[in-house]
Amino acid sequence: MKRFLVFALCLTLGLGCAPKKREPNTITLWHWMTDRQEAFEELARRYEEQTQIKVKIEVYAPSDAYSQKIIAAAQSKILPDIYGILDKKEIFASFIESDFVADLTEEFQKDNGQWEQSLFEKALNVNRFSEGNIQNIKPGIYGVPVDVTNIQMLYNKNLLKKAGIQEPPKNFKEFIAAAQALKRVGIPALVSGWGELWMIDCFASNYAFNIMGEEKVIATYRGQVPYTDPDWIKVFNIFKDLTEKGVLVEGIVTKPNKYAEQDFALERAAFAFNGSWCVNVYQDMNPNLEYGVIVPPVINEDLPARVWGGAGSSFVVNNNSSQKEKAIAFLRWLTAAEQQVYLAEETKNLPANKDALSKIPEVLSDFAKAMDKTTHPTIWPYNEFPLVTEKFTKGIQSIIIGEKTPEEVAKEVQDIKEKEMKKSKR
Amino acid sequence: MLTHHYKITKVLKGSIIHIFLMSVALTCLFPLFWMVRSALMTNETIFIDKSLFPQHLNFNNFAQAWTEGNFGLFFLNSMLYTVSVVAGIVLISSLAAYAFSRLQFPGKNFFFYMFVGAMMIPLPGSFVPLYVLMNKLGLINTRIGYILCMINVGLSMSILLLKTFFDKMPADLEDAARIDGCSKLGIWWHVALPLAKPAIAVIVIFNALSVWNEYILATLLLNDKSLMPLQRGMMVFQGAHSVDYPLLMAGLTIAAAPIILIYLLMQRHIIKGLVSGAIVG
Amino acid sequence: MASVSTFTSPLAKFKNNFVNFSFILPAVLIFSIFYIFPFIEIFNLSLHEWNGISLHRTFVGLDNFKELMQDSIWWQSMGHAGFITLIALTFQNMVAFALALACDREIRLQRFYRVVFFIPPVLSEVVVGLIWQWILYSGMQGGEHIGLLNYFLYKTGLPHLVNNWLSNPDTALTCIAIVHCWKGFGWGFIMLLAGLQTIDRQLYEAAKVDGAGSWHTFIHVTIPMMIPVILVVVILTILGSMQVFVLVLSMVGQGLAYHTEVPVTRILAAMAGTNRFGYACAMGINFGVILVATSFILKKVSDRVKQA
Repeated sequence: MKRFLVFALCLTLGLGCAPKKREPNTITLWHWMTDRQEAFEELARRYEEQTQIKVKIEVYAPSDAYSQKIIAAAQSKILPDIYGILDKKEIFASFIESDFVADLTEEFQKDNGQWEQSLFEKALNVNRFSEGNIQNIKPGIYGVPVDVTNIQMLYNKNLLKKAGIQEPPKNFKEFIAAAQALKRVGIPALVSGWGELWMIDCFASNYAFNIMGEEKVIATYRGQVPYTDPDWIKVFNIFKDLTEKGVLVEGIVTKPNKYAEQDFALERAAFAFNGSWCVNVYQDMNPNLEYGVIVPPVINEDLPARVWGGAGSSFVVNNNSSQKEKAIAFLRWLTAAEQQVYLAEETKNLPANKDALSKIPEVLSDFAKAMDKTTHPTIWPYNEFPLVTEKFTKGIQSIIIGEKTPEEVAKEVQDIKEKEMKKSKR
Repeated sequence: MLTHHYKITKVLKGSIIHIFLMSVALTCLFPLFWMVRSALMTNETIFIDKSLFPQHLNFNNFAQAWTEGNFGLFFLNSMLYTVSVVAGIVLISSLAAYAFSRLQFPGKNFFFYMFVGAMMIPLPGSFVPLYVLMNKLGLINTRIGYILCMINVGLSMSILLLKTFFDKMPADLEDAARIDGCSKLGIWWHVALPLAKPAIAVIVIFNALSVWNEYILATLLLNDKSLMPLQRGMMVFQGAHSVDYPLLMAGLTIAAAPIILIYLLMQRHIIKGLVSGAIVG
Repeated sequence: MASVSTFTSPLAKFKNNFVNFSFILPAVLIFSIFYIFPFIEIFNLSLHEWNGISLHRTFVGLDNFKELMQDSIWWQSMGHAGFITLIALTFQNMVAFALALACDREIRLQRFYRVVFFIPPVLSEVVVGLIWQWILYSGMQGGEHIGLLNYFLYKTGLPHLVNNWLSNPDTALTCIAIVHCWKGFGWGFIMLLAGLQTIDRQLYEAAKVDGAGSWHTFIHVTIPMMIPVILVVVILTILGSMQVFVLVLSMVGQGLAYHTEVPVTRILAAMAGTNRFGYACAMGINFGVILVATSFILKKVSDRVKQA
């Protein structure tokens, strides 16, 4: 027994000490998208065939673990050649400031801006810092979008028919009426992953834009409009309304998004608020699902509906990498039409390359129709303080479980906002 | 002399106790049973069919989970890590515990309380300084780095346990060995360790458990897929198949099976170890 | 404890000390690298404001700690962990004790129970969270309950008890506490059983001869002999329960409007959600200090009781 122990120890020491050499023709890529690993690996194989350059693609999940790893690797200066930044624009800016991200503007503008023009502008904008940005970053493009996504409302055609509804609702009133009709036949109406705070933020933000217009929302983030403003109370009231009228599915505030996706795929709810990546999920879970896509039904018919969208996932290039050229070349190849079509087919995500649009499966093209209406926190000139957003989204959770009133939540959020404003003036 | 009345109460008491024990045992076994049962179903039927024993047993999931999840490789890695970390902890902590118990040197108490104190102060959020340090030492993405880190995790508890055990051990055998001219190290190896087998059994199962189920440090410190342990593979598996419940359950069963087996094999020693005073007193 | 002290020369003494010290050297080495160093860094970080990435850290002195003192969510989360710990201390350990008592006198099937009761601790928290979440799931499909508990309640004629177990602020934390107990009672059971089995049977004989009933024996013989074990179990329960978080995350995610937050989830939220590493480190230190203080108090109590 003892000898075995000693032997085991020596064995591992021996194995563990093997040094890891860096091969000259290899580039490393770290990402978090477990469902695309196979597709990526296939593309890496093709790339190696074509160019003799090996691309090592490693996936780390869940996305929290991935972010932790990136942060730790950044501090130790051993980031991979290509990676993604899963965080707010400020953090992106921080990465750039600390010299972890390469400035790709020149690359994009080569050959009369050929690369830049092949990709959707909205997708690029997520990776762009424009003139006069408040993070004081030199304007330019710092990342490459590999797909495009947006978040809208989906509806189950069969379930709606069961409740006697032939056409999806066009505005909020119709939506509530549809929900009531569904309730009468025992079908829950709306499901969404509101156990994840950003999902609540997205939904609330869409309606905030619709109710008061983009300018006022941005002004609120700047601190010029308080959250106790009647328009914001209207936003909070939406959730109260949805709860009171029984529109929301049971337990929606503890549902992670993947369970919400499961619910919609298994026809447990008639409507879902989810992103275009869901097409892949629904396909896997229930290929016979008959569903369609609409923008979230508007409350204010005078202002346009806005949805969050833009780049789905983007990759940046490590500025300290010894293989910068090769990394950029790979990303260029990855966003070329042929590869984008492959990715779209395999992973059912919207391509970032405009030319690839013609070949995507049908329901995805419905999603693509709303690309013009998209917006995203990363392209706004001002963003809210994270602590205020946390209070905001958790406050909405409280409204949904009936603990607090919209007015109470508005006041609490405003209090935090004022505290944060004071702190930032230090 | 048992009167009729006494006999009935005795039987009644006995059966109540049995019912109590059995019902608790059932709640322990049920989730496990459910996990295995679900692994044997298909995605269509899993939520609808609530029967305890499904009609059609689908064993495909296990094979699929094994190949898709690359379980073979991860399994070997987990085994490697578990064995080496446990071996390392046993050796290092028994050396230290023996010294704390039997030897004198300056600062003995200070160091001992330092180890004990570490158990009280968790380090959530220490991953950034840890990572930077590991990188400086060139230990990122190496097996030895992960192993050393995991050894540290289990060190405090093991030292405490073993020291308590050594304290209660009668010193005669050691004295005899010393008189025979055995060196301190020799006493440790030939006398103390064999006597401490039950306590060591406790440490083995305790640390084997924590290493086998660990994934946070593994994700952080290891990059190459070829170095990953099972739980880490499971996380990715979960992400990729989050909506394929039966497959997920099959994977989880495979991941949980070995550690249950190890426990079954070692449980007699563990009880002996606890009884002999490793914990008690 | 035998210690040889026939050394007269200081050099010999030094050499002896050195040899002795080298026994703990490997442990100390590893410990310093992997524990002490990060600990110092964390202490350092807690005095700064840092977002985790920028090469620039702002020194803020004790501001993080000051802010922490007024952070009501932090203390609430501490209260939640305390609640789980309390349930663990009472419910979990009482059940464990009862089971140990039952097993102590019960010879048949004892081995079976010993094995079975220890299965929950053997499973990883991720697995446990997943399975129990399914059991407690609230929601319907095709008119039928999906979650097993609700399904069971419905079928056995108790439909009014059907509840949104994990989404209802009143029940969510309790459910998590109970699952935590389910997972943990195996440890308490094993230790208490071992403790019970070291009690000299003769004491029981003596008590019976004296004519003591079983309750009396329990209070005056069993409990006093078990005090050391009970204290160890109590301390380990407290340490383990206060630090729970993986279970919380796998059962309710970022859930329920702060109702299910525990200290460690708050620390993670500060790091990942609001990118404030300095503040997170201050939380960590504060948490550690509280745990140390608690263990210290408990040790004092245990020493006092041992003397009695």
